[in-house]
Parts: sequence; C-alpha cells; structure tokens
Amino acid sequence: METSFIKALAEIVGAPQTLSDPESLACYGYDSTPELQARPGAVVLPGSAEEIARVLALCHGAGVRVTPRGSGTNLSGGSISFDAGVVLQTSRLNRILEIDEENLTATVEPGVITSALHRGVEARGLFYPPDPGSMNISTMGGNVAENSGGLRGLKYGVTDDYVMGLQTLLADGTLLKTGGKVVKDVAGYNLNHLLVSSEGTLGVFSEITVKLIPRPKSKKTMLVHFPKLEQAALTVSRIIAARIIPATLEFLDRVTIKCVEDYARVGLPLDVDAVLLIEVDGHPAQVEEDAAGIREICEKQGCSFFQTAADAEEALRLATARRVALSALARLRPTTILEDATVPRSCIAPMVQLIQETAKKYDLLIGTFGHAGDGNLHPTCLTDERDHDEIARAHLAFGEIFEATIAMGGTITGEHGVGVAKKKYLPRLVGGSGIKVMRAIKNAFDPAAILNPGKIF
Amino acid sequence: MNYLNLINCMRCGMCLPHCPTYKETFLETASPRGRVALVRKFEEGELADSERFAEYLSLCLDCQACASACPCGVNAGELVAEFRCERKEEKGLSTLEEIILHRLLPHPDRLEAAVAPLRLYQKSGLQRAVRTLGLLKLFPEALGRMEGLLPKLPAAPLRRTLEEVTPARGEERGTVGFFLGCVMSLVFSGASLATVQLLSAAGYRVITPKEQKCCGAPNVLGHDKSGLLEAARFNTGLFSGYDLDFVVTDCGGCGAELKKYGHHLEGEPMAASFSAKVRDISELLAGEGEVLRPQLTPLPLKVTYHDPCHIAHCQGIRSQPRALLKMIPGLDLRELPESDACCGSAGTYNVEKPQMSDRVLARKVANVQATGADYLVTGNPGCLLQLKKALAERAPGVKVLHVTELLAMSLAGGDAAEKAVAQRGLM
Repeated sequence: METSFIKALAEIVGAPQTLSDPESLACYGYDSTPELQARPGAVVLPGSAEEIARVLALCHGAGVRVTPRGSGTNLSGGSISFDAGVVLQTSRLNRILEIDEENLTATVEPGVITSALHRGVEARGLFYPPDPGSMNISTMGGNVAENSGGLRGLKYGVTDDYVMGLQTLLADGTLLKTGGKVVKDVAGYNLNHLLVSSEGTLGVFSEITVKLIPRPKSKKTMLVHFPKLEQAALTVSRIIAARIIPATLEFLDRVTIKCVEDYARVGLPLDVDAVLLIEVDGHPAQVEEDAAGIREICEKQGCSFFQTAADAEEALRLATARRVALSALARLRPTTILEDATVPRSCIAPMVQLIQETAKKYDLLIGTFGHAGDGNLHPTCLTDERDHDEIARAHLAFGEIFEATIAMGGTITGEHGVGVAKKKYLPRLVGGSGIKVMRAIKNAFDPAAILNPGKIF
Repeated sequence: MNYLNLINCMRCGMCLPHCPTYKETFLETASPRGRVALVRKFEEGELADSERFAEYLSLCLDCQACASACPCGVNAGELVAEFRCERKEEKGLSTLEEIILHRLLPHPDRLEAAVAPLRLYQKSGLQRAVRTLGLLKLFPEALGRMEGLLPKLPAAPLRRTLEEVTPARGEERGTVGFFLGCVMSLVFSGASLATVQLLSAAGYRVITPKEQKCCGAPNVLGHDKSGLLEAARFNTGLFSGYDLDFVVTDCGGCGAELKKYGHHLEGEPMAASFSAKVRDISELLAGEGEVLRPQLTPLPLKVTYHDPCHIAHCQGIRSQPRALLKMIPGLDLRELPESDACCGSAGTYNVEKPQMSDRVLARKVANVQATGADYLVTGNPGCLLQLKKALAERAPGVKVLHVTELLAMSLAGGDAAEKAVAQRGLM
C-alpha cells in the first residue's frame, strides 16, 4: 500500500492507530478460520463514528477495499482482507450508550463485547439472550454482521430477533439510519433485517439498538445419558411436541463424550451414544412443571441416567461436559475444523449418523456436539494442516455433509456465516435467483464494490 | 522451539479478553494469539527478528492469564518466554545481566551484602533527602522507578535471623522445608516470619536450610537457561538432604518455578520428586482448618484478595487463599473484580515497560477501590511491591499485606498484633 495513502489514513485516525509494519499485517492476516490467511495492506482502529465515515470516504474515493473487523473471531474468513485492502477494527468504539428501562432497549457502539452487554443489562434485571460461543470476546458489531446464534437460540432466537435499530455507515461514508426503539414499524423495506448477517459487505455499523427482555426468574439444569442415539434424538422431538421449550438443549455424540472424559474426567460413561444437557428457565412454577415433564419423557425414551442440579454450583458442574467439549476435541490434533451444518430438528438423528458414516468413509476423526434443540450441529474435524492428504479428505467429507444438509431442508451455515469458506456451497442452497437478488442488493448498497469484497458470493 | 506448540493455536481468540495488554490496546500484536502468530511466522521464515519484532514480544507480561483461558492448552506467555530465551542463547548475556544473574543472585551472602547499602540509605535519612529534594529526577528513569518501589527494609534479612529449625506448636504433624525466596527474605521478612509462625501453629516442624539459593525465576526473566538449571540442581540437592513432607514457600514466583524443576531437569528423578512436594503456603494451610480455626481470633476487617499470576495462572491456585482467609472469624472478604488480572509488576516489567505497566496497574487500583476494602492481601512479593506503592499514593486508606500477615494478626489476636506488624515497618 502506498505510503501517501497510509499517511492519509493516519491523518484521520492517528498514527498509533494506523498499522502497516510487517508484524502487524501478519497478525491481521487471520481470524479464527482454519487454513485461511492473507495480509492486508493496512489496519486502522478508528475511535469514533466520524473517523469510520472519513476512512470509508477516503477508501471509496481511492478505490481501496475495506474489510470491517471486530475481535477477529470469525469462522468463515469474513474478517480477512484477501486483496491487500484496509482492515477496519471497531474495538475502540466500545461504549454501552444507553440501557433504556422504559422501552427495554440497549444502544451500544459496535465494539462492545457481547458478554459486557450481558453483564450491563443483567445488573438491572434485564436479559439480552444471544450467547455465541465467543461471547467473552466477540463484538456486537460482529454479532449483527454475522447474525450470531448461541446456546439459547431454541427458546430465545438469534441476534436478528433482537436488532431494533441500526446506524450504518455506507461504502462512501454516508450515514443510513434504520429502525429505532419502536416495536411496530412498517415504513418501507425492513432494512434492519437486510443489514443483519450482511457480513460486512453492505456497511459498517456505528450504533446498534437491541431489544431487551426481563431476566428469567429461575432455571433448572439437567444432564441425561442415552445408550442409543435415536433415543436422544426422539427425546428432543418429544420434548418440543409436549409444548416444552427449553432454553438450552445441547447434545454430545460418542466421539465427543470420549474426548471430554479423557480430558476432564467428569464421570461420563463411555458406552453411551449421546448426552443431552437441558436447561429450562422462566417462572419458578413453570420451571418445576417443565423439568418434571422432561424427566418423564427422558425416562420413557430409555435414558440410562438423569440428574437435576440442586443448586447453581451443581448446575455449573453438570454443564462442564458441554462447556469443555470444544477444548477437549481441539487438544487432540493441531488443526480443528469447526462446522455449523444445520438441519430441521426432526433430522438430528439421521444427520449425526451421516456425519459418523462420512467420517468413517474418509478415515477422519469427527466429533459432533451442538444445539440439538434448533438442529444446529457442530461437526468438528480434528486434523493436522501439515497432512495435506487428510485435509483434502476433510474437505471432501464436509462437501458431502453439506449436500446432505441441503437435501434434508437444512442450511450450510447456522451461525458462522458464508464468508469465503462456504462460498462455493451457497449457490446450491439459494439457487440462481437467490444469488442474483443478493448481487443486486450488494450493487445497490455498494456500487464501487469496496466493502468486504469476495465474501458470501 | 517446539513447532507443534505453535500450530496448536487455533486462533479462536479466547485468550484476548484475558490479556492485560490486549485489553489496553486492542492490538492483535499485543495479544497472546498475535504473539504465537509472530513466533510462528519467525520460525517459518516469514518475519525477521528485527528490533520492532523483539519490541512486540517484549510487551508480554508473561502473566499467563492466556494459558488459563486457552481451550487447546497453548501457553502463549511461556512460549514467548522460551522463544526469547532461545534467541538470547544465541546472542549471549550483557555484562550487567552476567553480574546479576551469575555472580549475585546465586550467592545469598553477596546478595544480602549488596542490599545492605540500601538499608543504610534509608536509615541515614538519605532516602528522605533524595525524595524531598526531588533528586530522583536526576536518576535514569528505570533507576528512579526502582527506588520508588522500595519499601522500608527490615533490619535484617530473615535468612540471617530465622533459626534453621522452628519446632511445631502443639502436637507435631509433619515436617516441611521452608523456601525463603530472595525478595521475601530481604524485603518482606515480617511476612515470612508470619508464614513460619502459621506453619508451626498448624503443627509443622519447619526446617529452613540456610544455604538455599535464588529459585532461578530471575534467570528465566533474563532469558538465561544455564543459570536456571544450576539453581534448580542446587536447591533440589539441598532440600533432598532432609526428610520432608512438603517444601513450602510464601512467594508465588518461587513456588511456580520450584514446581517446574521436574520439567527443567527432565530425566532427573530427584527433581521431579522435589517439585511434587512443593506447596504454596495457602495451598497447604487451606487444608489445615481443623487445627488452625480454633486458634484464630476475630478480625472485623473488610478485605479483598488479588490473585498473583504466578499463583492463579501458573499454579492454578485460586480457591485456597480465599478458603484460608474465610477461616478468620468476622472477616468481610470481598471479591475483587478481575482479581486474577496482572497488577503490572511482572518481574522487572514495571521498570522496563513503565507506560504499559502503569496502564495495567491503574485498572487494578480502580478495581480495588470499587470493593471498598480496607485491606488488600496477596501472595507474591512482586505484587506486594507494586501494589504497596500504588495504593500508598492513590488510595492511602487501603493497606497491603501478604495473606499470612493477616492470618498471623488473627492468630495473635486483634489490635496488638496489628500494632506489632506496623512497628516492624511492614505497613
């Protein structure tokens, strides 16, 4: 990148917030996506919405491409600049601007850490449910751009269900305000929902207003073992059919159970196919009733073990297996490919079975865990990036898994985004007309195509 | 450098919210994930070992908060320290490092003699003169900061005054070897005396071998591997000459290093069995509630606990110091926000990287003030030096003590003990 251009960037955001040395560029050449890396031309960390707007206007004028970035925990390569453009990191805009207890909204800057918002609103008896796995470091801007999910998706939905208003800086730096604090708003196209999950290709968020709900009064945590996979899958369906919607309904398969037990020794039996972690929350009376109903269903389906946590400490202990699942798997081999194939929840059993068969077919180690309640599974392939043959087999296996997902009426990505990692599968999912409409939208927002180019399609 | 350790990092970013320097800067180069990437790219030939490269790595506090947070078991702090150690082996030690690490630290007599003029400097009133006349501004910045950290020194190092054998009070329940630690013995001898009293009260006979040497942690900081191994061999041999149930230290830094002797001297079984016996004082005493509790008198104080990196992150000891403090009747123990975040002391970091150290420290001070506690207790001399100075300046109402000092106050009973501690010049 030309020195004069870097100087112009530094004039906007300040020299310490403008990085172009080889060490910095190397460190901004990755996010959390395995295998993908590319060095940007420069990195800027603006300190205000105005600075973001000026950076965008400068880049727009010079035809330089811009990739927005929060904390760099993206899992589809979305925050990597593949054409030596400018990476724009929003972390310094990290103020919670307002928690409005009358309208039940919170307004934040894009760099606010998700769990910091949780703490802020929970201190006032309020609740912001989306809880992606990376919530201790992920930014709200990133969550909106990727429409992040999490463990509580089944009952409470995902980020999109909570976004009420956005201030977005468009490619040329102009400001677009959409939505606000009103619950009902039918004035024109619903642009909020278009901007959510736009993966940095339509604009850079400078202010986000989200909906809050009252914090549930109580909760109960249960851990259940099932000898057979089908029993666990059927239990999931039966719980929902009984009109019980747990806040959390998490699943671990046999490979994951073995890894967790080897790593954390939490007392899981090695002869069961599946473990479910179930959490119900709400009014105490409702919670009691739901927990009793769940116990009855689990026992009817032939669970081999059922435990309800007596207190918060025990609840934390029961949740250990699920909490350490990724750690336990990731430690086995150097490279961890974490996917998020998502199927209708009625297809959980055939999907897990298919993943296991595919792993066998390609001689791979794949552990599956995830959000059984909403069908969002995390088949996790444990491999070694230095073993090119195994990596190639892993890609073939995931290709087949995605094909099957689409055939079952599911999606190629439930919460990680398309980015560049899933780009080649998208046309199969949305078809020619889907891609055409998306391209037209992109062109309407960013005709010069400077915002996060090469992502999604 | 073990390449496998480098590629085990899956770049998930879970370490970022725990890294004090990332939290201050939001820069990827100042994060554990970034540091692993830098070292990896060096090993892969993509980056050169330039001055700027070294500068980025030197911003690491080596607090190892990242290691506690890493899902894959990567210890970025240790990895960076090892890498810098390797580079140093190629370049060699500077003359000053050679003097301090090889000629001074391994010889307790020489070290104590070197500290003696400082005691004179304080006693003669020269320190007061220097401080009131503002002469510190004439010192080089690093020396000025070092002088500023120096609390009032005890009359003599504990190694000189403590008997080799302290008998158990009441029924003898075991024998422990006491590892003094240079800074504890030289600067915080009152706290270490309290430690010995507590061990004795808990029924342990305490043996303090007088020939013991520096644990070697400063050699790690100076990236001097040969000095470290020499210290490890000497101390292992010395303590193995006694029949001990445990080796106890009240210095978090020493404890973390002593527990690694087995790793440093791989293949030497004596080192492994030595390391297996090492206990931080809180680790041992937390299990002695039955014997200790009846001996403790009420202390109605508001207290908060700072987790030293070398105790929480390096040794995984978090609940024990809290359990120990809760044994004191009437004590109001308040949890410190971000209690296990580094205080910015980090060995010699506060002298070498004063700006970043101050930023990290300011956050710690604000958190301490938020608790409303009158006493801040902790278990590592580096933290004590750093926090005593900072709180004396910015929150003079908060007293800073070692955990064992507070317990010893309760052991002796109330105000009298507090006064006694104050008179020894420890507050």
